Amino acid sequence: MIIENFTPVSALLGGALIGVAATLLLLLNGRIAGVSGIAGGLLRPATGDVAWRALFLLGLMIGAGGYGLVDLVPIRIDASLPILVLGGLLVGFGTQLGKGCTSGHGVCGIARLSRRSIVATLVFMISAGLTVYLVRHVIGG
Amino acid sequence: MLQSAGALLAGIIFGLGLAVSNMINPAKVLAFLDVAGRWDPSLALVMAGALAVTLPGFRMALRWLQPLIAGHFELPSAKNIDARLLAGAAIFGIGWGLVGFCPGPAIASLAFGLKESFIFVAAMFVGAWLHRAGSRTKALPRSASQRA
Repeated sequence: MIIENFTPVSALLGGALIGVAATLLLLLNGRIAGVSGIAGGLLRPATGDVAWRALFLLGLMIGAGGYGLVDLVPIRIDASLPILVLGGLLVGFGTQLGKGCTSGHGVCGIARLSRRSIVATLVFMISAGLTVYLVRHVIGG
Repeated sequence: MLQSAGALLAGIIFGLGLAVSNMINPAKVLAFLDVAGRWDPSLALVMAGALAVTLPGFRMALRWLQPLIAGHFELPSAKNIDARLLAGAAIFGIGWGLVGFCPGPAIASLAFGLKESFIFVAAMFVGAWLHRAGSRTKALPRSASQRA
């Protein structure tokens, strides 16, 4: 196994910040910080339920963009236009059907020791890993 | 008002974490998922760092009678592992593996103005909407769908 570009310190630190954010949203608002759930709720807008969702998503951009002002944030997207569209459709559809993504199931669900979230996280990790394997080493190899 | 401020604050810290850990970068996420290639284990430590906070944090929060600035906790109630959960997670994983974006990083990356981010996020909302449209059609009572 070849290990490259491993950044353990920034990974742990960034992860801890994500954990603080998720804990804060639960402590303050009583909500699960699942990004697909928060975003998906905007598609069925209910009175008094829109602003906090939109502001959480805006916060994601402010936090990431703000950090980009003080440090280099490398972002490399290699996917072609059709793959971007297909990937976006699958992520949007799949996270609504499975009721969660990396944050909702992965970070919050596992912290609640939810069996559903533990299983979902294993399934999407394996499914994503197999997809990358097929694309890079079977089709692309 | 207070709940909006709470959500904004949590969002900002979350976005900061995505940028600090560079999970906002699809190339880095794909390098984690590519176990057979030049492997970058960083994402596992991001999860570990997050869980190190959420495991004790959630334990404490859920012992409270109610959250600080909302009337009650809004938690998922489903317990059973059904076909929807498994299929949804598998479909999400395929999309994640194709591009390297999951919902949080994709939305956070809009701050950097890359056209790829906008295309992906737009497609993601269309995908979510298709799911809603599909489940709404199925949920319609017989008479209503016949009328339509």
